[in-house]
Amino acid sequence: MAGTSMVAYSSSWSTALLKISPYTFSAIGIAIAIGVSVLGAAWGIYITGSSLIGAAIKAPRITSKNLISVIFCEAVAIYGVIVAIILQTKLESVPSSQIYAAESLRAGYAIFASGIIVGFANLVCGLCVGIIGSSCALSDAQNSSLFVKILVIEIFGSALGLFGVIVVTMYVETCLELFSPES
Amino acid sequence: MYGFEAMTFNIHGGYLEAIVRGHRAGLLTAADYNNLCQCETLDDIKMHLSATEYGPYLQNEPSPLHTTTIVEKCTLKLVDEYKHMLCQATEPLSTFLEYITYGHMIDNVVLIVTGTLHERDVQELLEKCHPLGMFDSIATLAVAQNMRELYRLVLVDTPLAPYFSECITSEYLDDMNIEIMRNTLYKAYLEDFYKFCQKLGGATAEIMSDLLAFEADRRAVNITINSIGTELTRDDRRKLYSNFGLLYPYGHEELAVCEDIDQVRGAMEKYPPYQSIFSKLSYGESQMLDKAFYEEEVKRLCLAFEQQFHYGVFFAYMRLREQEIRNLMWISECVAQNQKSRVHDSVVFIF
Repeated sequence: MAGTSMVAYSSSWSTALLKISPYTFSAIGIAIAIGVSVLGAAWGIYITGSSLIGAAIKAPRITSKNLISVIFCEAVAIYGVIVAIILQTKLESVPSSQIYAAESLRAGYAIFASGIIVGFANLVCGLCVGIIGSSCALSDAQNSSLFVKILVIEIFGSALGLFGVIVVTMYVETCLELFSPES
Repeated sequence: MYGFEAMTFNIHGGYLEAIVRGHRAGLLTAADYNNLCQCETLDDIKMHLSATEYGPYLQNEPSPLHTTTIVEKCTLKLVDEYKHMLCQATEPLSTFLEYITYGHMIDNVVLIVTGTLHERDVQELLEKCHPLGMFDSIATLAVAQNMRELYRLVLVDTPLAPYFSECITSEYLDDMNIEIMRNTLYKAYLEDFYKFCQKLGGATAEIMSDLLAFEADRRAVNITINSIGTELTRDDRRKLYSNFGLLYPYGHEELAVCEDIDQVRGAMEKYPPYQSIFSKLSYGESQMLDKAFYEEEVKRLCLAFEQQFHYGVFFAYMRLREQEIRNLMWISECVAQNQKSRVHDSVVFIF
């Protein structure tokens, strides 16, 4: 069993890390997935929103078009929610003899890593879309032909969050199908 | 950290930056100036201006307009916008906005003291003061006899108090001393503003350093040219130059010993940004120097708007507005005095 071979190194960091239950890792992973994604979305929305409100005072025509920037930021939070729900469905209880088996550890780490991937991808994506959205609102207020061109930059920016979601979806499918408690 | 202002600037400054950029879109363009330059009377000017953002401020003026009324109403618009921004601002933006007006405060103080020296009425002087530089107790400036009293009675309570340490003397105020006082105060103000911007750091520090350095250098050249032939000694002249800017310290050494315009030109042509300004003037001519400096200043101020998430846009907007008011004053005076051929001598197009 894994525990007995570690006795000789009982005061090492590797033992400490290995003894953390995979349930903990997966729970933290799901928390990071949703929490940090929402942080990124909120950050982006306030950056865009404050510029949009100020610019709309002198140029009220920009309000309805520039809500697209806010929607792109919101989509980032939705990606985080979707991934958190997917990760939750992969959680299974195992008998206590199996908690530190290799497959359980692998599953726990996989969910943790997925959470970090999607959380931080969405954090930077939300920031990126927010900053571009702010510049987009200010430029649109000065010259309305610039809006569509800057929107293209925002679309590229929002693809960053999608990359995180794609990687996580494939990761959980391939990593977790090998583990099944009945076998 | 420079480069990452975009992440946190909008918390406190995003709304106001968007507002100031909206105001900038309302500055008069070259097409507006062309229309104004072709006006025959002041009423035509009023009609053209009512189609721009100055409309609500000028529409209620009765028909025999004076140029001073036009300038006063346009300044009022600037003051309203400034006060709106100031009351919405938080630290450190509110301190930054207040710093922009200290220059006007200095001008107002000097105006009242000079006017009192020439026995003008205080009320009449107060009406001529720039509204952005007003403070309480400004009227008591008329009572002071020398600089020490000026400081003790009035200025110690104003934001200008720290700038007085270099010029408190007991000499009586006459024209020469007042000019020296003005330049000493302005020097201390520019250095203080510069230090404040450096403390803010990031893009604000970089952009404002450039704009303030240009201001300091321009003042150095103007002080040199204005003091040629007066009894101001070289050491006194050097004391009036600010200690930052492109010309500091070697350019100042050369400017301090200049005795005529051509020597000034020779000293300035060693610096590429100023060489292009001086190349526009032919030898021996200094009337166009002001206009050349204003054009260069406007170019730099417009460049401040190219970057987002810094405070330089507020400073740039206030200066551009003041330039526009100067333009309107010049155009109105030319039209009122029927000298339309000279209209383009002093109008600086912003865009």
